[in-house]
Amino acid sequence: MTEFTPVLSATGGILIGLASVMLMAALGRIAGISGMIGGLLPPVTAGEWGWRLAFLAGMIAAPVVLLAATGSMPVIEVPSSTGMLVIGGILVGIGVSYGSGCTSGHGVCGMARLSARSIAATLTFMLTTGVTVFVIRHVIGG
Amino acid sequence: MTRIISAFAIGLVFGIGILVSGMANPAKVLNFFDIAGTWDPSLAFVMGGALIVTAIGFRLVLSRSHPLLAGGFSLPTKRDIDVRLLGGAAIFGVGWGIAGFCPGGVVPALGLGRPEPAIFVAALVAGMLIVRLIETARTRAAPSAG
Repeated sequence: MTEFTPVLSATGGILIGLASVMLMAALGRIAGISGMIGGLLPPVTAGEWGWRLAFLAGMIAAPVVLLAATGSMPVIEVPSSTGMLVIGGILVGIGVSYGSGCTSGHGVCGMARLSARSIAATLTFMLTTGVTVFVIRHVIGG
Repeated sequence: MTRIISAFAIGLVFGIGILVSGMANPAKVLNFFDIAGTWDPSLAFVMGGALIVTAIGFRLVLSRSHPLLAGGFSLPTKRDIDVRLLGGAAIFGVGWGIAGFCPGGVVPALGLGRPEPAIFVAALVAGMLIVRLIETARTRAAPSAG
């Protein structure tokens, strides 16, 4: 069980939205995290490496800044085994490469632009994620 | 340098948003999808909050001639909904459902100093490199087919 947190979750969502808008306003780029990670791998485009690395570094610094501001580190719980993290990670890496994006790029930025590709991609991955969780928890695990 | 500092600061806001929202917490993400079990609808509020702000904000920003620190807006130009897009999205979803981490969720989790996010990111990068190797091999095998 995890606690239902509508206010915190909406607040977090608003911050994600604000950051996406700020990145578009400042650098004219879509805040797609898989695209940023992929853009750091070879072959890299000149001039596109630095800002991606800086954005990801800012994200990694977020827990420490939250700790300094609130006095406590965010708590997460990882139910998946190491093997599941590895298999899941490889599949996510393959999927976002062919699918040109993930939850941030398609689910937030693309959907907000009413991109038909992003809406189709988001509906597809939400469906397969739901089916996967159902199979793992209620078919295999149940 | 202004671009780098801005990107870092905006990434920080993005990362704080992810942490506060619960998207960095696999238990919460997986419970959102477990409608038949321990359902936690919180993540619908993440998506809702992010979408409202981004939809309005993008409208305002994209009505300008260019961004503050770049010559132009880099927006995706592809329009076709093909097997590649939907197949990729489907595979991504299966991986997300198995691990509970997505790329945006896992990056701020790296800063928590736990081993699981690092393991996932290493596998994620491996998956991306596998696709690059496959695509490079394909292009070499059939250069004229594009």
